[in-house]
Amino acid sequence: MIEAEGLTKDFGDFRAVDSVTLHVKQGTVLALLGPNGAGKTTTVRMMTSILTPSAGWARIAGYDVTTHPEQVRAHVGVLTEQHGLYERMKALDYLDFFGRLYHLDTATRHTRALALMERFGLSDALGRRLGEFSKGMKQKLALVRAMLHDPPVLLLDEPTSAMDPQSAKLVRDAILELRRDARTFILTTHNLAEAQLLADRIGIIRQGRIIAMGTFEELSRRIVGVPMMELRLRLPLNGLKDEIGDLVEVIETGERWLRYQVTDPEATNPALLRRLTGLGVDVVTLSPLQESLETVYLRIVEEDEKTHGNGSLSPN
Amino acid sequence: MATAASPQIDASFASDTESRWQAARRTLNNALVITRREVNDSFRDWRIMTPILVLTLGFPALSQFGANLMLNFVSQYGAELIGERTIPFLLMIVGFFPISLSLVIALEMFVGEKERRSLEPLLATPLTNLELYIGKTLAAMIPPVLASYVGMAVYMSGLLFGELAWRPQPMLIVQIVLLTTAQALLMITGAVVVSSQTNSTRAANLLASFIIVPMSLLVILESIVMFSAPDAESPNGIFSLWVILVGLLIGTALFMRIGTRLFNREVLLSSSLDVINLRWIGRTFWNHLRGRDRPGLLGWYRQEVFPVLRDLRHPALIVLLAAVAAMLGGWMIGQVSDLRLPADVAGDSATMAANFREWYELGSNPTSVLFAVWQNGRVLLAATLLGMVSFGVMSVVLAILPFGILGWVFSQFGLLGLDPGVFFAALIPHSLVEIPAIFLATAAALRLGAIITRRMRPGQTVGEVWLAAAADAVKVGIGLVLPMLVLAALIEVVITPLVVQAALGG
Repeated sequence: MIEAEGLTKDFGDFRAVDSVTLHVKQGTVLALLGPNGAGKTTTVRMMTSILTPSAGWARIAGYDVTTHPEQVRAHVGVLTEQHGLYERMKALDYLDFFGRLYHLDTATRHTRALALMERFGLSDALGRRLGEFSKGMKQKLALVRAMLHDPPVLLLDEPTSAMDPQSAKLVRDAILELRRDARTFILTTHNLAEAQLLADRIGIIRQGRIIAMGTFEELSRRIVGVPMMELRLRLPLNGLKDEIGDLVEVIETGERWLRYQVTDPEATNPALLRRLTGLGVDVVTLSPLQESLETVYLRIVEEDEKTHGNGSLSPN
Repeated sequence: MATAASPQIDASFASDTESRWQAARRTLNNALVITRREVNDSFRDWRIMTPILVLTLGFPALSQFGANLMLNFVSQYGAELIGERTIPFLLMIVGFFPISLSLVIALEMFVGEKERRSLEPLLATPLTNLELYIGKTLAAMIPPVLASYVGMAVYMSGLLFGELAWRPQPMLIVQIVLLTTAQALLMITGAVVVSSQTNSTRAANLLASFIIVPMSLLVILESIVMFSAPDAESPNGIFSLWVILVGLLIGTALFMRIGTRLFNREVLLSSSLDVINLRWIGRTFWNHLRGRDRPGLLGWYRQEVFPVLRDLRHPALIVLLAAVAAMLGGWMIGQVSDLRLPADVAGDSATMAANFREWYELGSNPTSVLFAVWQNGRVLLAATLLGMVSFGVMSVVLAILPFGILGWVFSQFGLLGLDPGVFFAALIPHSLVEIPAIFLATAAALRLGAIITRRMRPGQTVGEVWLAAAADAVKVGIGLVLPMLVLAALIEVVITPLVVQAALGG
């Protein structure tokens, strides 16, 4: 659904995006993470045919961003970094205006606008001028605008910034629902918990380059190594470590818990549970011990800083 | 091609079978969506509406009152003519004030939106750059032009149907209305160019003075034409206004061409003249001038100077045609009896020969070489500078003036029955080098002035393109024109006098 190969953008001597390659399957979410000025917004702008790539190519919903810019923009819903609303307009008029730009007929414009406004809890604000909206309401309205033409691809820049927790949850739920509905997303965000919750894959971009790409587990494994499992029991261990030593390598123990590393959890964990059941041990929980995305992200960025330095981007 | 496109989305795009007319209609329809919103927005803005209302209703009524008062006053002293000429002048002013607002609206519409960051969501829609350009240009134009028409109607209604019962020449009124519309168009299209190159309203307002000041001067010129025409229905006066109108339309066409080139998403989101980066300017210019490979002198000529000549083919052809037209024009003007040289001033061939001899004896010294180079050099430099602010037009005008004069002089030789041999002898030797040098320099200046009207490659900025053209002009200037002018001056000082002497019979 979204493909990019060697996507590059130069502004004069400055290389803002450097050979970005990514593939996002239909019905999945890619979160693009990175420090400020890393090239996330420029990448998104190229994917919406707002900026022309200096090199490389990208296809959105099957359309090339350079040769079919209008079609690309018609198939993409964009939430820009700054929501940029027309403050003197009323909410419904505003959506009607954008609906016209996307060539929606009057009935569709009206129906979709009302449905989306209701979904995001803005029904009471339909007739209010946008200048009177709070920051969070503006953000939600911008999101409604992005979804109005029911695009197959959504590129959302910080979708829940400036929102209260309740509104943020509304938006996250909407994203998850649309994902189930086979919509494809690229999210750029600094909210790592949100990225971890929503994204199927995570791309970390720094100095215009993708420095890491994969599922959270893949990235975590890259940083932390072999995954760690934590087993919690109802009673003290009492020499259990030795009983299971042939199945797993126990790394840490406590009074009623132990942690072990496992390279093949799908084979090892069921065998371990069978052994514990046979020994009459009551298991309370067995769960993977994960690093947070924040830790993984910071470690990856730190690693890249060591390798490539912290200076400005290479001139072309 | 699309993998998950909704039928509604695909239906909104041009099919391969769409005719030109259908495409134009679609473009206009899309543009009008923008126009409608922007015009509505302008009508909701009291900062725009208050001056428009004042200028539409209040100012015309005041002008009407002033016109009546003035007419009565000057009539007491038998100077009705002044009053008669003031009425259409005030009509023009009444029309001009509201359209001056179009500049403010246009700047607000483009830079204001950029500044408020509301432009990007619009840029993310399927609208084409042209649709955006047309939509916004129309939106900037409609409220002030409507206000201007209403204001002029209010002003005229009182004069036409009031006590004065003014009966103007209809063509003059048509001209004033057309001039007002053309001025609005020029200002708005100029404002779009300015807006696309800056990111702040403050900078745009400063740059807008480059539009409003010349426009105000033009209005002064128009009023001079109206006041000084031999009479209110003078064909001379009316013709001058047509010429100004054509000039405005040409300017508008050029600004539109630049505007449609510059009004693209890339430039709108990335360009800024707000910060002057002298180091970048210097480095870019120097790189273009010297060449990336730092060649030696011969290499510089081969890699950097001669390839520019290829780019100068079309401008040089334009200069050549303009020079021929100027010569023919000069020759034709020379045929008009009022502009002929009187026979007693021309003298006879013997007097002319004596004049030539004296002239060349005076000029045949080494300092004359420097003088000739300086004389030609500064004219070409002035032509280049003027060309930079007039899309290259003024550089051509300045450079072809001498050809017009030559055409006129030739015509006088024929009419007075003088021998042109000496004249040709005094011109041809050094002109063989000097004229190509003038053509080259003027062609480079024309290209430099007009370069911003040309299509740029994706990712190129106006600044880069302009600096490259400026470097090309300097390459040609230093590498070819200057040596040619020196050579021409040497020939003029050393060889031409000998040829003239031979022509004069020793």
